[in-house]
Amino acid sequence: MKAEKLSRRDWLRLGAAGVAGMSGAAVLDLAARGGARHALAAAGLTSQDQAGHAAGHAADLGVVGSTAPADFDPAAYLTDFDYGTASTRADGRTVRRWEIVAVDREIEIAPGVWFPAWTYNGQVPGPTLRCTQGDVLQVEFTNAGSHPHTIHFHGTHPPEMDGFEPVVAPGEKFTYEFEAKPWGLHLYHCHTLPLKRHIHKGLYGTFIVDPPDGREPAREMVMMMNGFDSNFDGDNEVYAVNTAAFYHHEHPIRVGVGDLCRVYLVNVTEFDLINSFHLHAGVFRVYRTGTRMDHYDLTDTIMMCQGERHVLEFRLEHPGKHMFHAHQSEFAELGWMGFFEAVENLAADEGAPVHSYV
Amino acid sequence: MSDNEKKKGPGRWLLAAIPLVLLAVMVAVFMRADPTSQFEAAFPPVEDLTIERVSFPEPGLMRVHVVNGGPQPVTIAQVTVDDAFWRFRLDGDPTVARLRRTTLDLDYPWVDGEPHLIRVVTSTGATFEHEVAVATQSPRVNAQYLSTFGLLGLYAGVLPVLIGLMWYPFLRRIDRKWIHFYLSLTVGLLTFLVVDAFEHTLEASAMVPEGFAAVGLISLGLVGAVVGLRAIGNLGRGKGEDTSALTVAYMIALGIGLHNLGEGLAIGAAYSLGEIALGSFLVIGFALHNTTEGLAIVAPIADERPALWHFGAMGVIAGLPTVFGAWVGGFSYSPTAATFFLALGAGAIIQVIIEVTKLVQRSWPKGLFTPLNALGLILGLVVMYGTALMVTA
Repeated sequence: MKAEKLSRRDWLRLGAAGVAGMSGAAVLDLAARGGARHALAAAGLTSQDQAGHAAGHAADLGVVGSTAPADFDPAAYLTDFDYGTASTRADGRTVRRWEIVAVDREIEIAPGVWFPAWTYNGQVPGPTLRCTQGDVLQVEFTNAGSHPHTIHFHGTHPPEMDGFEPVVAPGEKFTYEFEAKPWGLHLYHCHTLPLKRHIHKGLYGTFIVDPPDGREPAREMVMMMNGFDSNFDGDNEVYAVNTAAFYHHEHPIRVGVGDLCRVYLVNVTEFDLINSFHLHAGVFRVYRTGTRMDHYDLTDTIMMCQGERHVLEFRLEHPGKHMFHAHQSEFAELGWMGFFEAVENLAADEGAPVHSYV
Repeated sequence: MSDNEKKKGPGRWLLAAIPLVLLAVMVAVFMRADPTSQFEAAFPPVEDLTIERVSFPEPGLMRVHVVNGGPQPVTIAQVTVDDAFWRFRLDGDPTVARLRRTTLDLDYPWVDGEPHLIRVVTSTGATFEHEVAVATQSPRVNAQYLSTFGLLGLYAGVLPVLIGLMWYPFLRRIDRKWIHFYLSLTVGLLTFLVVDAFEHTLEASAMVPEGFAAVGLISLGLVGAVVGLRAIGNLGRGKGEDTSALTVAYMIALGIGLHNLGEGLAIGAAYSLGEIALGSFLVIGFALHNTTEGLAIVAPIADERPALWHFGAMGVIAGLPTVFGAWVGGFSYSPTAATFFLALGAGAIIQVIIEVTKLVQRSWPKGLFTPLNALGLILGLVVMYGTALMVTA
């Protein structure tokens, strides 16, 4: 039949051309019913039954089921800081040592959806490495994966420790050694070519260099804005902070009312040029790259390019659920959406624990 | 016993069975030893889900009909609508076996008259999508629905064919040479319909899940119709006789009826899937198009004088299937069934062309391709093209 080939534009034209139907009022009535009922619904003139449907919609955004935290627990990752094995050198400087192993692994990016990832230490994102400016860092990298990899650190260091070269072949090792500077919020990721694939498959992590005098104690969290191209079409199917879509939408992050909260926010989203963070019912201070204390913006929405990262600080003034999400609605509805739940008189070690700089 | 008879002994059945037995042994060995398992493990599972249709039973409710046409079971993990993950209720297990179907219900506030993109995400992260061109409330099967499509079929299918039959008195009063002109015109009309039907068969077959082997459905439909109609035609006559003109007319009616069944399926489906609006323009287009089919039916019997009821019967046979097709297509459209029925319609018309051609050749010694007849054939194609423009405009 010619009919089913009609494009939408044709349909609109036909609609305009179609006056009273030859087959009479019955056809027109049938065609009109859906539209009329929607008009009623929009005007709030529906029966109880239809109103019930409308009310149910807000709750239906999201995923079916929940991710198993056995392999990777987003709640643990949020507040987990890895200081490595610390020792003091003869000259009195602190040396921190980590062992990072690249392994291939299937990870759950949304309930029931598995992604063939390349990981640092079996998790995406990799462990959050944390140190203080001036520490000597030694990162022993073993490639147990199926492809060559590296670790490229952001920050200041000699080019031979940059992780662009040498490429570490499967089965080989390389130890990166450099001094931690400058203080701020940095990033590490694989820099093997093709770069896009090595990053979007999961080889990235947060790298925090604390200022020598520390920061004000706060409930501290790491949020890695990431996405997954599950069908490998060059476009993300799933977005999140810390990998698991909608995780903090289902499991709100508990913080104390009036407590200082600090989010180490990193953007490693591939394919999309930018990502963003938006806080509901409050504003936050933005310390760009976390490298200065004396300059910040006050806002509720921040836009970030790939690889950009900022330290956010805020205090929630009212108890209750405060949503946070990408302000790109598409990313939000594909998983990058969550809640802070502000609670009165929350103990320092409850919820996202208070981090003290000693 | 002659050599020939020996050859025909019961032993020959044994000989026929040998390849079958060997085949069974090979299959058994394969199933047990599974030598291809190594091969399979080297590749990710091949998944091939098809969203056959998306229906909108009521405001705020979306129903996604999924079929697994691939070689492997597929596990449905999540669903997005317009790039937003949306919760769904599943009819049965999330793992869909080969050639099995399942239905997902989503409480989604779909927007009347606007497109929606539905995407199923499987456990491996593969995605299968379906675009709804225009969301519109799916018709419910009730008296109103049936009467609406009944009327539609009547206006677009039955009445035009009956009107076309009324060329009969005119055909009786014209010269023999002109009758053959009209018969050739009929061949032109029918040729257009074959090409048209076949094009739509291929179009529908593109949406058939791979596991349902569209090629098999098309061959079955085409050959089944040609052979089946021929067998029916043979029933009505003795050995050595030619098919009577009245039988040819009935066969044309039946062939056109099968074609119209496929057409009806497409109309009903397109309407319920929100792809067409049943404006008067569209209905008039179909009516004009189908009127020519009436002419095709009566052209062979211009020389005869059949009882009046034959005309009614032939009109019903040719036109009424539009109604049935529209009824069925409207509430349970399946590209798989549509492919078969469209191919059946195409095959039926091929057989009708063969019969009409034979009729012309036998009653007109100059054959089919006199200049006047060739003109008729071309004109038939042009007329169909012109009326088809009314529908596709």
